[in-house]
Amino acid sequence: MSKTLMQWKRHPAVVKAGMAVIALALLALPFALAGIGTTWVRIANLAILYVFLSLGLNIVVGFAGLLDLGYVAFYAVGAYTYALLASPHFNIHWPFWAVLPMGAAVAALFGVLLGAPTLKLRGDYLAIVTLGFGEIVRIFLNNLSQPVNITNGPQGIARIDAFRLGSIDFSRTDTFLGLGFSGPVKYYYFLLVVLLAVIFVNVRLQNSRIGRAWEAIREDEVAARAMGIDTVRIKLLAFAMGASFGGVAGGMFSAIQGFVSPESFVLVESIMVLSMVVLGGMGNIGGVIVGALLLSFVPEILRFTVEPAQQQLFGRTLVEPEVVRMLIFGFALVLVMILRPGGLWPSAVRKRELAARGGALADRAP
Amino acid sequence: MSALLEASAVSKSFGGVKALTDVGFAIDRGEIYGLIGPNGAGKTTLFNLLTGIYASDKGGFVFDGAGLSGLKQHEVAAHGIARTFQNIRLFANLSALENVMIGRHVRTRAGVIGAVLRDRATRAEEAGIERRAAELLEYVGIRGRANDPAGSLAYGDQRRLEIARALATDPKLLALDEPAAGMNASETLALRSLLEHIRKDGMTLLLIEHDMRLVMNVCDRVLVLDHGERIAEGPPAGIQRDPRVIEAYLGGAIAGEGAAA
Repeated sequence: MSKTLMQWKRHPAVVKAGMAVIALALLALPFALAGIGTTWVRIANLAILYVFLSLGLNIVVGFAGLLDLGYVAFYAVGAYTYALLASPHFNIHWPFWAVLPMGAAVAALFGVLLGAPTLKLRGDYLAIVTLGFGEIVRIFLNNLSQPVNITNGPQGIARIDAFRLGSIDFSRTDTFLGLGFSGPVKYYYFLLVVLLAVIFVNVRLQNSRIGRAWEAIREDEVAARAMGIDTVRIKLLAFAMGASFGGVAGGMFSAIQGFVSPESFVLVESIMVLSMVVLGGMGNIGGVIVGALLLSFVPEILRFTVEPAQQQLFGRTLVEPEVVRMLIFGFALVLVMILRPGGLWPSAVRKRELAARGGALADRAP
Repeated sequence: MSALLEASAVSKSFGGVKALTDVGFAIDRGEIYGLIGPNGAGKTTLFNLLTGIYASDKGGFVFDGAGLSGLKQHEVAAHGIARTFQNIRLFANLSALENVMIGRHVRTRAGVIGAVLRDRATRAEEAGIERRAAELLEYVGIRGRANDPAGSLAYGDQRRLEIARALATDPKLLALDEPAAGMNASETLALRSLLEHIRKDGMTLLLIEHDMRLVMNVCDRVLVLDHGERIAEGPPAGIQRDPRVIEAYLGGAIAGEGAAA
């Protein structure tokens, strides 16, 4: 890219105009999507939830360098906290603005519960333990229907309350300024606001004393300790912060779907979120968002194109769409990891790390 | 004036191996105190006991009037002991400036709330961290490399950066584990003047070093360890002539005892 183009791209007026265009596009998006079908608004909402999850996991994996394969457990904890406190299951109907923060807090507590026994583990060992933790939470949810029915087991919890803010009910369509705001559209705008807050918190955390301490632990734990960093506290903080984002996302998932069951919180979900973080660019907030959006939308687009394409070409469905979808998806992942090992949009630090591994390693040996 | 650091009867064994046996010494404020001995003499073990990586079996340290026993590594750093590592341990992918800024962690307070709200106190603290880090880079002479990744710095500069990072914790005692290892003659000379400069500014230094020229030129007093035991202590000139030290370094054969070095 030429230097003049770079300068032009960084011009404040251009940046402002670009932001305005993105903001307008995001505001108009649900109506454009509703034109294709309400399903796409729901898909957009789920995609934003995945952005929350990826940003949360990015704190643990990208910032602090702790590989977590059981992240979906915190999503589950948030989802069930909401489901239990805002549904006919226990006949408790607390408002969402009270339950969502509670979900975040309970998830953070679970984050500490997972973090505390695993403080001395790193890399593969930590990955295995966190994987086990994710499964334990799911199995508990599956079986806590006896002897006292808490989670309703594999049947899950249904008829979960939608958000209600004053007279605005998120389960109904309201007309405002001549536009029909359906439930998913309302959730979309709510998610957008929360998304801005989540990105803001992440950016602020990264560029802070705490963010630097996380980086220090990721780079060299022994040196970090010698520099006076209480690695126990800072690691637990990373687990708790990451988990709380998962908890919030889980609560919103419950409300949007109106139904939760342990089936939504399987290992593949954890792996999916980790793929989003790694594919987008570990440690880079922008990259992680891109990764989450891509891995949310691309499989859905494939879902809606693979079958019609086969019908068009062969007149019938030769291969199950699901199979083709996963094949293309897996192939794309492998391709990206070969061509861009730091992710689609790598963090500066990760780029250096890969460069150092390639060439400069020899210079560093004494 | 009382000693800054007093070690008394420090002992440590690993399984059946006695790494240190009843080692005692005292470091005065403002001196450069050398710690030498052949490989395996227990120097690094002593360092690791001092900085809280290991716990001693017996004996312990009193630092600036407070006992260090039972403290974790980060607590030792908070008490005012900063260290560097024999095999450089920088945060290699972070910039030189960020490395030193991380050194300020222990003297600053901002938590999650401060980080997110970035209130006036946090902003002032952040500005202070960056200013101090830049000053320290200037102090060790690598201000020009502030934005370069630490891992890309020349070897001698990496050693300097490690010292700057240690100084950022506002230590009372700066403990250096073989800072001259791997340095060429001119780099060692530059290191010597840096150490003297740091001492002149009121710091106390503990120095493990194999480069005898550096030790003899820069240290006020030297402690010699061999097989985990203290065999001599005193000004460098006396140490060089001490028969037990010569024996430890050149092997028992010269002293006629037939033991292999």
